[in-house]
Amino acid sequence: MDKSELLELKKTACNVRLWTVEGVFNAKSGHPGGSLSAADIMTYLYFKAMNVDPADPKNPDRDRFVLSKGHCCPSLYAALALRGFFPTEEIKSLRHIGAMLQGHPDMKGTPGIDMSSGSLGQGISAACGMALAGKLSGKDYRVYAMLGDGECEEGQVWESAMFASHNKLDNLTVFVDFNGLQIDGTVADVAGLSDLDKKFEAFGFEVLTIDGHDFEQIEDAVNKAKTVKGKPTVIIAKTIKGKGVSYMEDQVGWHGKAPNAEQYEIAMNELREQLKALEA
Amino acid sequence: MAESKKIATRESFGQALCELAKEHDDIVVLDADLAAATKTDIFKKAYPDRFFDCGIAEGNMIGVAAGLAAAGKVPFAASFAMFATGRAYEQIRNSVGYPHLNVKIAGSHAGISVGEDGATHQCCEDLALMRTIPGMVILNPADHYEMIEATKAAYAYKGPVYIRLGRLAIDTFNDPDNYSFEIGKGITLEDGNDVTVIATGLVVYEALKAVRALKARGKSVRLINMHTIKPIDKDIIIKAAKETGKIITVEEHNIVGGLGEAVAAVTAENCPVPVYRIGVEDTYGHSGPAVGLLAEFGLDAAGLEKKIDELMNK
Repeated sequence: MDKSELLELKKTACNVRLWTVEGVFNAKSGHPGGSLSAADIMTYLYFKAMNVDPADPKNPDRDRFVLSKGHCCPSLYAALALRGFFPTEEIKSLRHIGAMLQGHPDMKGTPGIDMSSGSLGQGISAACGMALAGKLSGKDYRVYAMLGDGECEEGQVWESAMFASHNKLDNLTVFVDFNGLQIDGTVADVAGLSDLDKKFEAFGFEVLTIDGHDFEQIEDAVNKAKTVKGKPTVIIAKTIKGKGVSYMEDQVGWHGKAPNAEQYEIAMNELREQLKALEA
Repeated sequence: MAESKKIATRESFGQALCELAKEHDDIVVLDADLAAATKTDIFKKAYPDRFFDCGIAEGNMIGVAAGLAAAGKVPFAASFAMFATGRAYEQIRNSVGYPHLNVKIAGSHAGISVGEDGATHQCCEDLALMRTIPGMVILNPADHYEMIEATKAAYAYKGPVYIRLGRLAIDTFNDPDNYSFEIGKGITLEDGNDVTVIATGLVVYEALKAVRALKARGKSVRLINMHTIKPIDKDIIIKAAKETGKIITVEEHNIVGGLGEAVAAVTAENCPVPVYRIGVEDTYGHSGPAVGLLAEFGLDAAGLEKKIDELMNK
């Protein structure tokens, strides 16, 4: 990845975060913490990795993305809007009555959303189905999915992990946005998720562990996954919940709450400063 | 009436899948380690490349079906009714129903006629569970030919469908040369003026025998085969209510949430008449031979004849 490309991705990610905060603030509800931790991966997927066309969002040959941790859709909506799937103005009515952008992804109503999700543990199974359909149809698209670390407490995640490796779904790349926090506290305290890498390895996955805020590491892992044959790949991305907004970073309390007007101004100013520094 | 050898509707379903797959290469069949029982093994033998055993993991199976449908396939996902609709209820609701994906769910071993396996496997709640899901079509075929045609109709329909399959081999009473299936259209099997019996699924033939016996005794009883529980055929119900003034429903299902309540909702809002529900009376089944259980629960021809006669005079 050359320096100018890296810089562009960083600027785009900054804009994704700005629109994420914009959406959650206007909604007066939502999930900023996990949206911000996942923002760099979503930026990389929609602006570099995935073969998608905003003018033809249902193209059968496109790459797919399933946000299994559906509550983190604010940053997915931001990435889709900035990529041109719909106007960024839509983000201001996120979660409002009659709005296109629902509190959790709705594939029927939102261009670019490949699967409705929100009930944890389910998106990963749908991603397996899409990957299987690609194999059956001889198509070479890839399917990307994103799990939360807390979401890995759902039994269905492991049912689908068995299915993916048993059926050799090497066209499936799963990210785990490992920010270490869930609603009731740290993932370690709530239910324990020790050795997640070994768990996935035992379930037959190629396991890569990266810094989920480092675009070069994200790119290396995404490219490595494409070369793995005969099994699916999981990329465990170590991230910081609330990344980019100082007072939200690594705070359990910012899982599912919107900033007030004062907090919104602070967040937007911080992100604008980050953008300005990148543009300088 | 074309009598022929007894065949379970699960067997008919497996045959129908194979027939469909000859013409449609987008059909994919999933099972959850019960292929030999749900009879998807018939498809598995004929089309091994399009059959996937998901193992004992029904929630994931429904999610995989959703993903297949989102990518243009037409998946049929089968398990026992208890696990397909009970264990995986929320996956059906959120990953299939809400996005209105083209997934077909087959629930075998429905009702008390599962027999010896007993209460944990005798699902008398599947119709109720599936009725609560917006946009879900619910089919409950009564014999071999109806199951064949219902499976074809399920494929042709674009959207989620639940099909109820039985374990017990039953008589084939529909005449294939004189039969047509349309989703949402009940079939009048016997005409009559004093009461209408509306039956569904495996007990339709028992109801038919009961109604014929009553007619032989001079009673005027109408009988409707309601193979589609949702969308329910409102017209045929309202007509029956107006013309016969009393309705009795018959189902191998809990009287809570099933055919009877679907019919009663239509009459209550359009043409209030007494509606009596014959079925499993808000209880669990238990072990025993299927035929014996149907008799014990009053769902065989003799039990239905007696009960319908009683209710006619009420």
